[in-house]
Amino acid sequence: MNIDNWMPVFVILSSLVPAIIIFLLNERQNILRTIINMSAAFIKIALVGMMTWGVFHERNYIMHFPVVPGIEIIFRADALAMFFLILSAGLWLLTTAYAVGYLEGSPNRRRFFGFFSLCVTSTMGISLAGNLFTFFIFYEMLTLTTYPLVVHRGTQKSLEAGSTYLRYTLSGGAVLLIGIVWLHVQTGTLEFTQGGYLNHAAGGHAVTLTIIFALLIIGLAVKTAIIPLHGWLPAAMVAPAPVSALLHAVAVVKAGAFGIVRVVNNVYGVEFAATLGVTMPLAFVASATIIYGSFKALFQDDLKKRLAYSTISQVSYIVLGVAIAGPLSTIGGITHIVHQGIMKITLFFCAGVLAETLGIHRISEMRGVGRRLPMTMAAFTIAALGMIGVPPTVGFITKWYLGIGAIDAGQTWVLAVLGMSTLLNAAYFLPIINSAWFIKQSGDWPEEKKRGRFFETDPWLLFPVLIIACFTILAGILAGEFFSPLEWAKLITEREYR
Amino acid sequence: MQEIITTAPWGALMVVIPLAAAAASYLFPWRSALMAASAIAFPAAFYSLALLARDVWVSGAVRYRIGGWGSPLGIDLFADGLSILMLFMTIVVVMAASIYSSFYFSGDVERKRSFWPLWMFLWAGLNGVFLSGDVFNLYVTLEVMVIASVALISLKGGREALLSGMRYFLVSVLGSLSYLMGVAMLYGSYGILDIGALGRTIGPDPAAQIAIVLIVTGLLAKTALFPLHFWLPKAHASAPVPVSAALSALVVKAPFYIILRLWTDVFSHDIISHAGLMLGVLGSVAIIWGGVMALRQTRLKMLVAYSTVSQIGYLFLFFPMAGSSDAFLGCVYQALSHGLAKASMFLAAGNLIKALGSDLIEDLRGLRQRLNISTFAFGLAGISLMGLPPGAGFIAKWQLLKASIETGQWWWAIIIVAGGLLAAGYLFPVLRNIISQSQDPVECAKVPFGMEAAAIVLAVLSLVLGIAAAVPLSLFRTALL
Repeated sequence: MNIDNWMPVFVILSSLVPAIIIFLLNERQNILRTIINMSAAFIKIALVGMMTWGVFHERNYIMHFPVVPGIEIIFRADALAMFFLILSAGLWLLTTAYAVGYLEGSPNRRRFFGFFSLCVTSTMGISLAGNLFTFFIFYEMLTLTTYPLVVHRGTQKSLEAGSTYLRYTLSGGAVLLIGIVWLHVQTGTLEFTQGGYLNHAAGGHAVTLTIIFALLIIGLAVKTAIIPLHGWLPAAMVAPAPVSALLHAVAVVKAGAFGIVRVVNNVYGVEFAATLGVTMPLAFVASATIIYGSFKALFQDDLKKRLAYSTISQVSYIVLGVAIAGPLSTIGGITHIVHQGIMKITLFFCAGVLAETLGIHRISEMRGVGRRLPMTMAAFTIAALGMIGVPPTVGFITKWYLGIGAIDAGQTWVLAVLGMSTLLNAAYFLPIINSAWFIKQSGDWPEEKKRGRFFETDPWLLFPVLIIACFTILAGILAGEFFSPLEWAKLITEREYR
Repeated sequence: MQEIITTAPWGALMVVIPLAAAAASYLFPWRSALMAASAIAFPAAFYSLALLARDVWVSGAVRYRIGGWGSPLGIDLFADGLSILMLFMTIVVVMAASIYSSFYFSGDVERKRSFWPLWMFLWAGLNGVFLSGDVFNLYVTLEVMVIASVALISLKGGREALLSGMRYFLVSVLGSLSYLMGVAMLYGSYGILDIGALGRTIGPDPAAQIAIVLIVTGLLAKTALFPLHFWLPKAHASAPVPVSAALSALVVKAPFYIILRLWTDVFSHDIISHAGLMLGVLGSVAIIWGGVMALRQTRLKMLVAYSTVSQIGYLFLFFPMAGSSDAFLGCVYQALSHGLAKASMFLAAGNLIKALGSDLIEDLRGLRQRLNISTFAFGLAGISLMGLPPGAGFIAKWQLLKASIETGQWWWAIIIVAGGLLAAGYLFPVLRNIISQSQDPVECAKVPFGMEAAAIVLAVLSLVLGIAAAVPLSLFRTALL
């Protein structure tokens, strides 16, 4: 038995087993639950770290389980998988810590943390999936495990949001399933291959392959929240803040975007997809989503809703970068998987701190909040500037690579999209920053709770925010170092175009 | 297909053990005696099944002649991979439901007394169907099963249970008559009852065609395929909970098993050209109709029962694609996964109803954090019924989808997917009501742990079968090729 091949399984088990233990624990065993949760998160990071080192040195981690004659569950760690894996493992740790603070004293915490761990397990499975079959299994598992989190509060509004969420994602899953099965019948294989495995497919299938591509992308676009399939995302805002953070930064929308990257790069192959003529429409839809999301965000007063529309816009950068079909823009798109993740999770964490500490939910209530919560709002400001694309934050790196990638591929119209999006981003983020720091507080906070004695708020909430905000700057400043997301994205792309 | 004639009586034991248990529970109806009887019967049956499975694994199919007489005079028992899977599903469901029943009927001396003999009798009948090698034997065992079921449905007493039991009985008798006439015609034309021998001699003459129509129609009424499903929801919903589980999971599968067996082994394609397509269409209508009706139910057990109407439809998608081995695997796996998941769901629903003292879906809102295990079981079983991974139903639907695209009959794919979404549509509101916060939670009755455990074990098994599908499916590689 080769221990390397079992590593992906261990990574998945490192959150699956805790989930089962948590469900078996008593609702009141809070401390034990937190200990199990946190240590599992650390173990996972250690495992992922070991694997990252291995993948960098081109070691193989691959595991096969036959399921049905001709179909296998395959786990494999390649560079792209590791990219998503590091993001999920890292943010799982921070989000768990944050959620412990956020949910203190509230009911049903066992159910919450149990499904939370299952949700991360699904993300792990999605990143490590070695073929579309495995990918689909975990993709659907993600839908099922996030549903209880979305409806966690059990209020009428959250139940309705949950139903909307299911309607969208299950229908998307059904379309995706048809696409995958059809592809399997057409080609006899579903295994992800560097550079795609359809590039040598015989001609004549072109129409069929185009239809299958459309089915796959439509199925994935629901979770990615590409217009017009984005309707569930703003509704799902009623979920508790750690859930929104996870949904927007790692789990759901990222799973969709990651799937699109896989389909374009490792199933169809960038070049073959371009010759089929399917990448251009995808780039157009992504661009439309970028503009539409930013535009809608302008008019939201609810902070989480504004962030939600911002997510719709930002996630499509990933899709756009991949769809432009050039190496530089691919780097930009892939690196945004991590960049968007760390920026967006900071913003949602801050929104959660505002709601939990001062009862603030609306932007109009945020006047002068910078004085009361300086560290939180500093983190918020950094992440917001990153979203706009101000150097030296990570957001700038993404936009830079998307821009030069577009020029490189001869798609100069993309620059206009980027420019317009940047302006809109500035238009909906700068007023928040302005009113938080430079306008005086008027009246009392909506609902001030005493959280935390030594700091401005509960340290379980504050420290995750500060840590992750540091990454927004560090990953930007150190983008040239070999361990940065950018360099890793370059490595992925290099192996892709090799 | 290679088959060997064996002298090892493992198959016969599978029928004898339940019959002995039935007799024992009739003669000694005390709790300790019942416990002792099941402590012997279930392990013994498992052991026999394991040895039978080993023989089938080695040789593909086995035949056992009771009393040393061969057909056409004697009784032949026959088993292949399909029989083994059905027997396995039966023993698992019967065992879980037995554990459930031991709590469900406790304190109800009179019903308990009639329940156990009938229950074991039902098990014997089911095993008999799955082991029969000739068409007349199938008739006899099917009747044993039906009589036991009708008695069990009516056990609950009350007008509704008696009425729906009676209705089921009438439909079943008519179905049996139709089946028996078909068998008589076949016997008149060919003088053979053995399935294997019939398959080799039957030809495309009118008598055979009429016989087949009679046989299949009779069985369709018993398996409750649309539009002959009208008796099912009430009968399944008004029976005692463990009986509902067995009816939905096992009893409707028995007549289907006979259709499937005859279709693959006896009826060749030139005898029945468009019948496959027709069954497929009826199956599709059943999927949609059952799903839509389930959406409209306000009572939990009726919802679960209508879901059975819908899920049975999937089984019939095999017939228009009968040439594809993927379709065969998908169909059999659907039978298996639905068996485990539906039994689990009925048991879980029974627990929820017992706790609430009401079977209205709306009232589930009042349930507060008492029945986590049953809720989980309901959810896990639901995953399998919706055809989502990692449930066993996902593997079934994957195979059926693949078959429909392979054979170019893509329209079935749309039905399969739509049926899955409908299932999500009627199952999630139940879960949603459980999660939702109610202003006035009601006082819940206690549910014994054994009743919850029975439900969750079946649900987990339906997931395990989804992940470890390779093992059961490999039984067919020897059986089919």
